[in-house]
Amino acid sequence: MLKTFPTGGVHPPENKLTADATIECLPVPQGVAIPVLQHIGSPSVVVVNKGDYVKTGQVIAQSKGFVSTNIHSSVSGKVNRIDSIIDATGYKQTAVFIETEGDEWIDTIKRDKDIITEIKLSSDEIIRKCLESGIVGLGGATFPTHVKLTVPSGKKCDILLVNGVECEPYLTADHRLMLEKGEEILTGVELLMKALNVERAMIGIEANKQDAVSHLTRLAPLFPGISVHALKVKYPQGAEKQLIKALINREVPSGRLPLDVGTVVQNVGTAFAVYEAVQKNKPLIERVVTVTGRSLSKPGNYLVRIGTPVARLIEASGGLPEDTGKIILGGPLMGKAISNTEVPVTKGTSGIVLLPGNESGRMEISRCIRCAKCIEACALNLEAYLLMTLSEKGLFERAERERITDCMECGSCSYTCPAGRPLLDYIRLGKTTVMKMVRERAMK
Amino acid sequence: MNNILTVSPSPHAHGKETTQKLMFGVVIALLPALFSSIFYFGYGAVIVTVSSVLSCLIFEFLIQRFIFRKPITITDGSALVTGLLLAFNVPSNLPVFIVVIGSFVAIAIAKMTFGGLGNNPFNPALVGRVFMLISFPVQMTSWPVPAGLNTGYTDAVTGATPLAIIKEGLKNGESLSQLVTQIPTPAQMFLGNMGGSLGEVAAAALLIGFVFLLIRRIITWHIPVSVLGSIFIFTLILWLINPEKYADPLFHLLAGGVLLGAIFMATDYVTSPMNPKSMLIYGIGIGIITVIIRVWGAYPEGVSFAILIMNAFVPLMNAYIKPKRFGEEVKNG
Ligand code: SF4
Ligand code: SF4
Repeated sequence: MLKTFPTGGVHPPENKLTADATIECLPVPQGVAIPVLQHIGSPSVVVVNKGDYVKTGQVIAQSKGFVSTNIHSSVSGKVNRIDSIIDATGYKQTAVFIETEGDEWIDTIKRDKDIITEIKLSSDEIIRKCLESGIVGLGGATFPTHVKLTVPSGKKCDILLVNGVECEPYLTADHRLMLEKGEEILTGVELLMKALNVERAMIGIEANKQDAVSHLTRLAPLFPGISVHALKVKYPQGAEKQLIKALINREVPSGRLPLDVGTVVQNVGTAFAVYEAVQKNKPLIERVVTVTGRSLSKPGNYLVRIGTPVARLIEASGGLPEDTGKIILGGPLMGKAISNTEVPVTKGTSGIVLLPGNESGRMEISRCIRCAKCIEACALNLEAYLLMTLSEKGLFERAERERITDCMECGSCSYTCPAGRPLLDYIRLGKTTVMKMVRERAMK
Repeated sequence: MNNILTVSPSPHAHGKETTQKLMFGVVIALLPALFSSIFYFGYGAVIVTVSSVLSCLIFEFLIQRFIFRKPITITDGSALVTGLLLAFNVPSNLPVFIVVIGSFVAIAIAKMTFGGLGNNPFNPALVGRVFMLISFPVQMTSWPVPAGLNTGYTDAVTGATPLAIIKEGLKNGESLSQLVTQIPTPAQMFLGNMGGSLGEVAAAALLIGFVFLLIRRIITWHIPVSVLGSIFIFTLILWLINPEKYADPLFHLLAGGVLLGAIFMATDYVTSPMNPKSMLIYGIGIGIITVIIRVWGAYPEGVSFAILIMNAFVPLMNAYIKPKRFGEEVKNG
C-alpha cells in the first residue's frame, strides 16, 4: 500500500498535459517588473535607482528584518522606473521595472553545466547563502528558506522531508525538474540536510510520476541518507502537514510548525534553487513555470526569468486561446485568478493554467443538503458546512472553537460540495476575522 | 486581449457532483426493490408508487410556487426520493386518497414548514408514514400477500406480516418453535416472498441498492452497518437467552422494514448526523430502539419510530459530537 494521509482528500482529474514536455528556456524578455514582495514576510528594500544599469543576478532589493529575503535583477539593463504594479493577489505593490539590454550576468555566477556534488560550505554558510541568493519555498508558500533552515534553540530537527508531490492538477514543473535535474536536486537535498544537521531525508512523490520516482531512486544511492517514496495520488498530499503524516506518521499539532515534530519540509524546486545558489553562486532569478490549458496549442514547461509578464509565457505557448475565460497563477485548487496578463511571474509562480469560459464560472448555489461530503473531503476533519454557516452568521467565537484557523484553504470542501456552496469563501472570511480577534486579544 | 477574464477566489475546479445526481443515484438504488415489489404485488405497487411520487412532486411545486414564491426546485430529485420512499413504506393496496394525504403530510408539513430541503429535522417520508399509520390503522396494516405480477389493486389477498405473526403468537402464549411453521423461511424472506409494505420485502433487492449506494459514494457504510449490526447483536443476545421466546437475529434482519430503514431511511442526508462518530451512535440508537419496540412494544414493527426518535437527537449530536480533527490532542511516539 502506498503511503498517504489518513482522512479526507479528493481526486480531481489530473490533467497533467505537459508531463512529457521538456523544460524550455524562454528567451530573455524585453522588460521585467520585479515586485519587492515575492515572499511571506516583510517587503525587501529597493537599493537601486531609476536610471541605474544593473546586471543579471545583481541585488536590487535587500532583505529587511529576519523574515524577508534579497531580490535580484533577472535581466541586465536599465532601471526604468520604480512604480506600483498589480500582482497576482490583485493588490498593488512596489516593483522595479527594468528594460533589458543584452544579458550580462554578474561574474560570480558559474554558468557552466558541470554538476558539482561536493559540499564545501558549513551549515551556517549554506543558510547565509540562501538568504543572499533570495531563496524562498518554491512550492507556492514562498516562505524564506533561510528562516526555515534556522532551527531555534530548544527545537530539534531529525529528518528533512522533501516535497515532490505536486498534487495540484495540471502542474508539472516539479515533475520535469525531478526528471531533468535529478542530481542537482539530490545535491540540493544534501545541502539542506547539512544546513539542518540531519542525517536523513525522505523525498515524497505522488505515484502518478512513476518515472520521477524511479529516476531519483536510481540516483539516490550516490547520496547518503536520502530515500525516495511513492505516495498515493490524493489531493492535498502536498500540504506540509499531510506530507509529514504520510511519510513519517507524525501529526503536527494544530497551530504548530513541522519543527515541533522534529522535521522541516522543503520543495524539490527549492532544493534545486539551493543547489544553484550554493554550488553555482546563482541567485534566484529564474524558475520553471508550467503553462497549460486544454485549448493552448503548445502547452509546456518553461525556464522563466522572474518578472516576466504572464503574457510572454502565453505567447510562447501558442497565444491566448479564444475560449479563455480564466487565467490562474498556480494550480486550479489553490491558485489565484488574475485579471490581466501583465502580471509578472514571481518566485512563487509554479504554473499558469488557462481555463475555457465554460469552466471558469461556478455552479449555481443551492441549499445545503447536509450530505457531509465536505467533512469527508477535509484532510483536517473540519466541518466546512458549519464553519461556513458560522462565518455567514458572524458567530466568530464559535467558529474559533470549531478551529476555523486550522483551515489550510486547500479548497477540497468547495470542490466537493454537490450544492455548489462557496464554503471556502466564507471560511476565509471567518478565518481572517478570527485571526484578527486573536491578535487583538494578544495585544491586550 | 478581448477575453473577459473571470476572477474569483479559489478553488477554480469543482468535482461535478450535484444534489440532483445524488438524488437520482438514490432513485436508481431503489429500482431493484421497486421491480421486485411489482413482481410480487402487481398493479397495486405501481398505482401506489405513481400516486405517491406524483403527489409529492405536485405538493412541492405548489408550495414553492404559491406560498414560498421562490424558484421551483422540484427537479433536484429530493421530492421524487421522498415519494418513492413513502410508497415503499405502505401496503400495495393502500387507497390512493390515503397515499395523497400521506404525501401531503410528508412534503407540506414535515419538509416545507421547516423551510424545505436541508432544514427539516425529521425524515419526511417517515413522518408521512407514521401519520397514515395513526390515522388509518386498518388500511395501513392490511398487508397483501405476494401473489405475482397480475395481482389486481384492490382484490389482493391480505395476511399478516411475519413480525405480526410472531408478535401475536407470543402474546397468545405460543412458542417460537410452534410459530416458525407459520412464517416464511429465511430464503423466502431474503427474496421478498412475504407480506409487508411494498418496498421493504425484498432483502436481496435492497442489498443490491446498498452496494450501488456505496460504490457510487452516495452514502458511507456507517449508518446501515451500525443499525444492522446493533440489531443483530441485541437480538442475538436475547435469542441466546431464550430461543423459544425471542426470534433469531436473522429473522429480525430480514423481516419488516429493517433493511429499507437502515439503508434508505436512516441515511437520509438531511436528517442524519454529519460525522462518522455520530453516525455510528445514531445507527446503534436506531438498532436498539427498533428491537425494544419489536420485542416489548405495542407495535410489531419499530424501525420508523426508532429513526424518527433518533432524528430528534441529530442537532444535538451535530453540535456536541465532533470528529477528531487533524492535529488535535496528538501524541507523537
Ligand atoms: S458538502 Fe455542501 S451540501 Fe453537503 S453538507 Fe457540506 S455544505 Fe452541505
Ligand atoms: S479548505 Fe479548509 S475546511 Fe475546506 S477542506 Fe481544505 S482545510 Fe478543510
